[in-house]
Amino acid sequence: MVAIADSVPKPVSRFRFILDRRDVLGALFVAPAILYVLLLVGVPFLMAVYYSLSAYTIYDPSWSFVGLSNFADILEDPTFQRTLWNTFIFTFGSQLLGLVLGKFGALLLLRPFPGRKLVRAVIILPWAVPVALATVAWQWMFDSLYSVINWTMIALGLIDRANAPNWLGNPDLAMLSIIVVNGWRFFPFAIVIFLAGITAVPQDVIDAATVDGAGFWRRNYQIILPMILPIMTIGLVFGIVFTFTDLSIVFLMTNGGPVGATSVLGFAGFQTGIVSGDVSHGAAISLFMLPVLLVIVVVMLRFIRRREI
Amino acid sequence: MARMTAKTVAQETSFYAAVVFFFVLAAFPFYWMLITSFKTNGDLYNVTHIPFWFNDPPTLEHFQYLFEKTLFTTWLLNSLIIGVVVTIITLLTALPAAYSLARMTGRNGEALGIGIFLTYLVPPTLLFLPLSRVIAMLGLQNSMWSLVLVYPTFTIPFCTWLLMGFFKSMPREIEEAAIVDGCSLFGAFIKMAIPLSVPGILTVVIFTFTLTLQEFVYALTFVSASAQKPITLGVATDLIRGDVFYWGEIMAGALIASIPVAIAYNLFLDRFISGITGGAVK
Amino acid sequence: MAAVVTRDIVKKFGEVPAVNGISMTVPDGEFMVLLGPSGCGKTTYLRIICGLEQQTSGDLLIGGNVVNELPPRARGVAMMFQSYGLYPHYSVRNNIAFPLKTQRVPREEIAKKVEWASQLLGIKRLLERKPRELSGGERQRVALARALVREPTALLLDEPLSNLDAKLRASARLEIKAFQQRVGLTTIYVTHDQVEAMGMGDRIAVIDGGRVRQVGTPTEIYDDPADRFVATFVGTPPMNILDQNGGAIGFRPENFLPKDMMDDQNFAEFSFRVDRSEYLGSERIVYGVVEGFDQKQIVTAKLPPAHVDEASIRPGEWHPFAVRNAAMRYFDKDGNRTSRH
Repeated sequence: MVAIADSVPKPVSRFRFILDRRDVLGALFVAPAILYVLLLVGVPFLMAVYYSLSAYTIYDPSWSFVGLSNFADILEDPTFQRTLWNTFIFTFGSQLLGLVLGKFGALLLLRPFPGRKLVRAVIILPWAVPVALATVAWQWMFDSLYSVINWTMIALGLIDRANAPNWLGNPDLAMLSIIVVNGWRFFPFAIVIFLAGITAVPQDVIDAATVDGAGFWRRNYQIILPMILPIMTIGLVFGIVFTFTDLSIVFLMTNGGPVGATSVLGFAGFQTGIVSGDVSHGAAISLFMLPVLLVIVVVMLRFIRRREI
Repeated sequence: MARMTAKTVAQETSFYAAVVFFFVLAAFPFYWMLITSFKTNGDLYNVTHIPFWFNDPPTLEHFQYLFEKTLFTTWLLNSLIIGVVVTIITLLTALPAAYSLARMTGRNGEALGIGIFLTYLVPPTLLFLPLSRVIAMLGLQNSMWSLVLVYPTFTIPFCTWLLMGFFKSMPREIEEAAIVDGCSLFGAFIKMAIPLSVPGILTVVIFTFTLTLQEFVYALTFVSASAQKPITLGVATDLIRGDVFYWGEIMAGALIASIPVAIAYNLFLDRFISGITGGAVK
Repeated sequence: MAAVVTRDIVKKFGEVPAVNGISMTVPDGEFMVLLGPSGCGKTTYLRIICGLEQQTSGDLLIGGNVVNELPPRARGVAMMFQSYGLYPHYSVRNNIAFPLKTQRVPREEIAKKVEWASQLLGIKRLLERKPRELSGGERQRVALARALVREPTALLLDEPLSNLDAKLRASARLEIKAFQQRVGLTTIYVTHDQVEAMGMGDRIAVIDGGRVRQVGTPTEIYDDPADRFVATFVGTPPMNILDQNGGAIGFRPENFLPKDMMDDQNFAEFSFRVDRSEYLGSERIVYGVVEGFDQKQIVTAKLPPAHVDEASIRPGEWHPFAVRNAAMRYFDKDGNRTSRH
């Protein structure tokens, strides 16, 4: 065995090889994105927390620390309590509506039929089109004088003009209206999520179940549903997060009215913090969304982890 | 040919009835938008007229009014500028970030990627308060450039996530072969990863554009000057004089603004789904 | 001067050593095969030589130079990947030209070299095509041309045949070996397939658990295995190993024959009960147990059917079988080879 003498390693220019250094390059590549997010999400987030703990308004931008008194204030305010309650109802109602419609819609779209592509393209529209524009269309559909819904019901003889429902002017109907609009917005997303999940279930499993004697309902609820639970949960997380924090629909359709009947957290935060300029209370209201969101997200992510197939 | 039993007929009918139901449910508001845009005001604001079809002949007056007497074209231009600039910013930031997270880091990369994505879920209705102060401090209040600054806060996390999934499914061999053949890591990124990820880049461009077009909360908060409004905000809030809604114009504007987004979504739906559900749907 | 020398290369991922101290010398022009089961560390080791991974400790010399700190492009190696790693968006010509372009070789020179390499591999007519338009065999040749064009000190191959179907594998094997001999390029070839290893290698390094078990020519590996692992890893069916007196004895199935086939007295005799027999055309594989040893250990015999017809070896019966003394191997309690005790 011949012993090979060590040669002197070639002198290496440090700069020349910096573009090869995995660690340096890796950090450099992520830096802009992380910086952007830190500066424009992280810092404002901390600022929001700070505002909620101070007595800051745009008329008196003092940074004095007031502890949790802002939170105490809003918690005692019956309008806020109503808002909180509304937000839950709004979220729960529209998600439920969306899910139910979504599940059935997905089942329908599973089966090939003539014109399926067109139907699919149209069914996506409520979710694809910008919120504000679709909401405005519904606003017009619910108009107190010219509502097409009322016109139809009158024409069908179900009601008469004097008793025509004032969709956006009656507190309960207003809540119903915004739930319907949000559910309508959400159901195509639910359909897409369900479709993706169902088509990901291997055909072998479904066939095995059929051979084992499972009928339509059993197949659906005992075999398929558990297998699509993870993806359904992700869809639900998205839906809940975006609904719970939404302000567009309420702002455009009812402006929180009548008399706060449809005020939700996002909207109230806007009203108080931006329109009225009471930044500290506005921040407190907005921050209220967080604990609920965190709990939901964590619970659901953990749920998925455990059920990972 | 299968025999048509009464049961099958009933099943088929209810199936198609259900399909029609969903179709109408999804489409009606848009039909409503469409037809309102073309109806004369006299036709619209008359409760004795049948709303579902034209009683008076269709008209282009709303579209005319929209383009000639309102700031509609300005809004379109604003949205275009915002869209383009935000897309460029997003690509420049998210492409390298996604590549780095997908290739160059191990477990930490996974966690960091998820962390970045989670910022997408931080609600605008929480951040708008402090951001409005920041915008004021920067002197950008009431300008559409405030939106150009703020929009990447959600387009970057989302697109990084999309691109991460994309890069992960690209085989490493090609970049490694390039490295062995003489590229630096950076060279392999530019010469191999980027050209081969053009479909992903295309998806990012489309989605960034649609995300910026859709956005309402930040636009509402930061911009009140009519001439600075992007299209969605403009149509939804600016076509009102006093207490009177110009429904014909609003619907016409909404129609025009909705069409590109609807088309884009339909073309890129599948990619979008695999992007969001990247991990869950195996 | 040796083309590739490694000294005590160790690679740890966290606490786990994937490569646990490998030292090796590959002389110029040799076809060295790294053989081992999945996860034994052979691919990691190859990637360390290439420069795609960095060793935790140990030295690596290529062409006489210490290359520990150098990136792949400065080491003078070329690598062929499992799926060939051809650039899908470049034509065949640009694929082959790429390594030269990155070295800033002047254009006329590049054209000449691409001519030469594609001529050598018989792919001149494919130069304007894209990789997706080529067959598997053609792609392999393009990958080889691309590897060749830089005139590297060593060519590294990472299981290039594992994605091919069986039929293609045999011809691809011949082609790679013929190519290597024609060009005289030092080659390090990683595989888990012992047939490939035995057929192609000038020398084979059998690797398991991140360590080299034995390095030798195919004959040495087969006839003189250094331990039980090497003995059972190479050869189909694997060598029979029977525990005895704290150690073990071993004999290959083709050396385990009916006693009446022995032509002299230098053999060891066994009583063999046949349980199962498989007729494979060119040979017959017989499974059973040997008297006096653990009855759970299945022993195989590989019989040429020309010499033994079905009638004489019946399942359920005890037959006298024998192993020539020269073919008997002995192992100690640690599994290493010893001479007869």
